[in-house]
Amino acid sequence: MSDVHAGPAGLAHQFEDLEQQHETDTLGIWVFLVTEIMFFGGLFTAYAIYRWFYLPSFEAGSRILNITLGATNTAVLIGSSLTMALSVRSAQLGKRKALIVFLILTMILGGVFLGIKGVEYHDKFVEHIVPGIDFAPQGEVLQHLAPGGLNHAQMYFFFYFAMTGLHALHMIVGMGLLLVLVLRARRGDFSPHYFAPVEVTGLYWHFVDIVWIFLFPLLYLIGGRY
Amino acid sequence: MSSPHVVPLRTYLLVFGALLVLTALTTGVAFINLGPLNTVAAMAIAFTKMLLVLFFFMHLKYSARLMRVVVLAGFFWFALLLALVFADYSTRGFPASSSPAPWSVAAPPTHP
Repeated sequence: MSDVHAGPAGLAHQFEDLEQQHETDTLGIWVFLVTEIMFFGGLFTAYAIYRWFYLPSFEAGSRILNITLGATNTAVLIGSSLTMALSVRSAQLGKRKALIVFLILTMILGGVFLGIKGVEYHDKFVEHIVPGIDFAPQGEVLQHLAPGGLNHAQMYFFFYFAMTGLHALHMIVGMGLLLVLVLRARRGDFSPHYFAPVEVTGLYWHFVDIVWIFLFPLLYLIGGRY
Repeated sequence: MSSPHVVPLRTYLLVFGALLVLTALTTGVAFINLGPLNTVAAMAIAFTKMLLVLFFFMHLKYSARLMRVVVLAGFFWFALLLALVFADYSTRGFPASSSPAPWSVAAPPTHP
């Protein structure tokens, strides 16, 4: 922020006032998030097409996933969205300590999510259902997957790893951004007049949460558990 | 309105509670056989959860109209992608194994 020009603290000189600056900041990140909708949208569309082609295999594949871990992770991620929203609120109110605490809580919950995801990935390796690398399901897993054809089931797990992997990558990027925010908040960079980095990172984090809100039912639930 | 809207703590906690209840609901519904309605219910609940996150956590409820138009445009474009891709695949009788569209040309019968 340049302070060459007179004006409220945190106002960059090209803007009329703080409100216009705030709208510009959020519009920028929203436009980026629209490109992210299309980025994930390509995968969602491909998933929908292949699910339609190979329905029995996709239903079998989704029944093999661990629904307990999936549902837990959904709750964890929603919790991290709450702490993220409270981070932004603390920044708006100029509560520096609370801001740092909520940012760190968000990072911890993000870490728990990735840890649980790691356990699930590990289970897939143990069960030999990693597509392309080691796809040789055995025993009970094979019984579940066999009816629709193993190649079609392998396609399901390609989607599972691609979609959850891309989502996890977004989480890792988000946690890097959160770390920068913690360091900047400690330095006292943010005030009720200037907290755009916190708000913009928050919007990104919530978007990643929305992606998971759709991945959970699409991958874990709609195969049916009855 | 020089500084952006500060959302009350109560609102955030209520939204958080609603999201958890909906997560439990969608998980529970997966254990009941409703036929094709299972997918409809799962998607409807996910859509509701998305709206809660968009409007409250992402402040769309308190944002300028411009922001809502941008988001709507994004989802509209995604809907176009889905609709046109499905229109394409569903009218070409592809894949061969699934039942072809009624107007597609039937493959000639093979005689052993």
